[in-house]
Amino acid sequence: MRRVGRALQPALIPFLAVVTAFIVGSFVILVTDFQNLARLGTDPVGAITGALGTIGTAYYAMLIGAIGDPARIAAALNDPTPRAMASAIRPITETLVAATPLIFAGLAVAISFRSGVFNIGVEGQFVLGAFGATVAAITLKDEPMALILLVSTVAGVLTGAAWGFIPGFLKARTGAHEVITTIMLNYVAFQIVLFGLQSDFLRKEGTSQPISKVLSDFVRIPPILDLPAIRLHWGFVVALLMAAAVSWFLFRTTKGFELRAAGFNLNAARYAGMSAGGAIILAMTLSGGLAGLGGSMEVLGTVPQMSNDISSGYGFDAIALALLAGNRPAGIVAASLLFGALRTGGGLMQVKTGIPLDLLFFIQALVIMFVAAPGLIRVLYRFDRTRMPGADPATTEGGVA
Amino acid sequence: MRLELKEITKRFPGVLANDRISIAADRGEVLGLLGENGAGKSTLMNILSGLYRPDSGEILIDGTPRSFTDPRQAIEAGIGMVHQHFQLVPVFDVVEAVSLGAESTTGPVATFDRKTARARVAELSEQYNLNVNPDAKIEDLPVGVRQRVEILKALYRKSDILVLDEPSAVLTPFETEELFGIIRGLAEAGTTVIFITHKLNEVLEVADRIAVLRRGRLAGTVEPRDATREILANLMVGRDVELKVVKGPASPGDVVLSVKDLHVRDDREHLAVRGVSLDVRAGEIVVLAGVQGNGQTELVEAIVGLRPVDSGTTVIDGHDTTSWSPRRVSDVGVAHVPEDRMSDGLIGAMTVSENLILDTYHREPYSTHGSLNAKAIAERATTAVQDYDVRTPSIDTIVGSLSGGNQQKVVVAREFSRPVKLVIASQPTRGLDVGSIEYIHRRIVEQRDAGAAVLIVSTELDEVLAVGDRVAVMLGGRIAGLVEGADATYEELGMLMGGSE
Repeated sequence: MRRVGRALQPALIPFLAVVTAFIVGSFVILVTDFQNLARLGTDPVGAITGALGTIGTAYYAMLIGAIGDPARIAAALNDPTPRAMASAIRPITETLVAATPLIFAGLAVAISFRSGVFNIGVEGQFVLGAFGATVAAITLKDEPMALILLVSTVAGVLTGAAWGFIPGFLKARTGAHEVITTIMLNYVAFQIVLFGLQSDFLRKEGTSQPISKVLSDFVRIPPILDLPAIRLHWGFVVALLMAAAVSWFLFRTTKGFELRAAGFNLNAARYAGMSAGGAIILAMTLSGGLAGLGGSMEVLGTVPQMSNDISSGYGFDAIALALLAGNRPAGIVAASLLFGALRTGGGLMQVKTGIPLDLLFFIQALVIMFVAAPGLIRVLYRFDRTRMPGADPATTEGGVA
Repeated sequence: MRLELKEITKRFPGVLANDRISIAADRGEVLGLLGENGAGKSTLMNILSGLYRPDSGEILIDGTPRSFTDPRQAIEAGIGMVHQHFQLVPVFDVVEAVSLGAESTTGPVATFDRKTARARVAELSEQYNLNVNPDAKIEDLPVGVRQRVEILKALYRKSDILVLDEPSAVLTPFETEELFGIIRGLAEAGTTVIFITHKLNEVLEVADRIAVLRRGRLAGTVEPRDATREILANLMVGRDVELKVVKGPASPGDVVLSVKDLHVRDDREHLAVRGVSLDVRAGEIVVLAGVQGNGQTELVEAIVGLRPVDSGTTVIDGHDTTSWSPRRVSDVGVAHVPEDRMSDGLIGAMTVSENLILDTYHREPYSTHGSLNAKAIAERATTAVQDYDVRTPSIDTIVGSLSGGNQQKVVVAREFSRPVKLVIASQPTRGLDVGSIEYIHRRIVEQRDAGAAVLIVSTELDEVLAVGDRVAVMLGGRIAGLVEGADATYEELGMLMGGSE
């Protein structure tokens, strides 16, 4: 039990941050519930119970939107037709689909942060990786699907890795700050994609919009479950495997050891004979490669075709996510599932209660804020600060700034 | 009594930092507070300065119990702290830095009254012989003078209980002497001075009374005339400590390190090492003495491959290692204990076992084909922790949470447990307590006796005289003199370091 306790300890603050964010979120629902507020003067009891009801309905809708409707699950158990089954598991699979790109992007950010470099360019690397995969897929579109899948994925990884290598190399050789170069390279990446999608070779026939030919016509990562309208594909499993791989790499290999050493204390790493520049380049390249893999999985598995909005800010959400997860791969998976659930569950909430999706981004922002200010959580929940993870200055020193 | 601390107790989770400590100091008295790192000196002073509140016990000032809830109240009660790490704004001049937070103002919009402030700073500097130019910029001042600015700051706030936390740690022998003069002057003028240190000579020289702390308790209070270094060390550590380095005569063998006409530039591209030639033989300890900043750091960095060489050569064990990478140099059999263990020697956020393989992680048995071998690493750490007496809760403890002495033991354990032909140690005992100093010195002598060539950089004359078989004094990037250890005297070395024959 103690072992389990210790393993879960780093999750304590993020967990409480999530709880607190939802509580604060419910206040926001309360004060924007104008229907019930209007009744406050004439029927205070009704207004309050009504408002509390709205909160309950909203969060319940979010929950079943993200995980599944018990009634539908029961129906599917009674009558296991593919249709009923699909409708029962659709919410949870959509959550996993939404989490997939976040896991890749989160891992990409975490590996760079662990090495002491701040890769803000995951967004660009993700988009460019998806673009690389698209170009390869369209080039090979008459080949067997397995070959297309393989080559496009590799192409996506390499493009992303190259886009990470450039700022890494610049930093190691010239000292150019990676925050500046990666942000700038993001813009370059978006423009490359826009430009590429104008070409007849890539652009969808009969449109002037910058969207590619429909890839799903000739290549598709196979779905895990063969049920109607279930989008969950093997990319999610690849994401989980990558989380395990990143964890193994960081903590069980000599290269990972070098990256972490350089990330915590570049001087000491140099004194111990490690190559500081090499560590920076490797970290950025791997980070870019993971982002590129994420982009490939998205374009080959989730969305039908490449467009400039392939990533709805995954690379930026991933920075917050890595912070929430303390750069731990297992934490990244957990945090991605949470964010994914918020995104999918929010849709149903909006339909059922009329509360706008923005509430989710509000809650998401609060979670990050509470994690970034652990002192606030400690005060709220009256922790003994010396017993808290991270209370020891030495353990937090090398973390994300 | 001007100041009394009675039965002060302060508990942190798992540690009793102060256990019923009572000390007192009168007007004009210098109280030496002696103790090893972690003995509770800092906690006690943080209580006095209002940063912590004691769990029990009381602070009496002129016989009246006072309780401070924040540092401001302590300052108002006349308590002034001079911290080990100075709290000065580098771009300010002395007047601004001293009056910051206690500015005298004039006029309806309270503009800073520089004239009055400057006059007071000048007057205080004059009165206590501090010799500080009120108009100098902080960043242009040497460390010793900055410390005097800190003292000025306390005096400016009318403090007459002055707490100096390890004030000599950053000073040269000469500056330390100057500081002692200032302390005596302050005491004569009626100021109560509390002088925190772990250096035995210093308390004996400057204190009127010495309170010794050990593991959170008051181990004893003694008068300097009744005390010797041995008595104090015993009180501090709780056992008899060998203060002299025990070593037999050196039996020098072949030349292991040979530096010829080396020129090296510092970070600002100035020549820091200007033509140094030096041989270190197997089985001897050569100490590179000198005041900090005379090229020792750059010389060592050049030898171990961390800094490019301008001209000249370094030869280690027959290999021309000039401009080799640090790893190649280390692979020849060079152990390097860097000057600043937290910034260069260790990775504070990593564990003890990880720090112990920082230079060997890429070799068998710690890794095979690029994958780390957790079992071998743990075994290695367990043995090293035992062999080098590292006091750590476990091998998975974060190294940054250990005491300075134990951190240094981790560095030494790592560097000395490879096959070593040449040991280079910069300030190997800086900031360590008596027990750890004894230990580190013994290990270094062991390396010599096992046939390694040893080069030590030290600014502390006591250490230079204690361990050196030969002493080379560096001044202005050159070797100002080379003295046989047995013939060297304090005075001779002091003069060579200061640049006069």
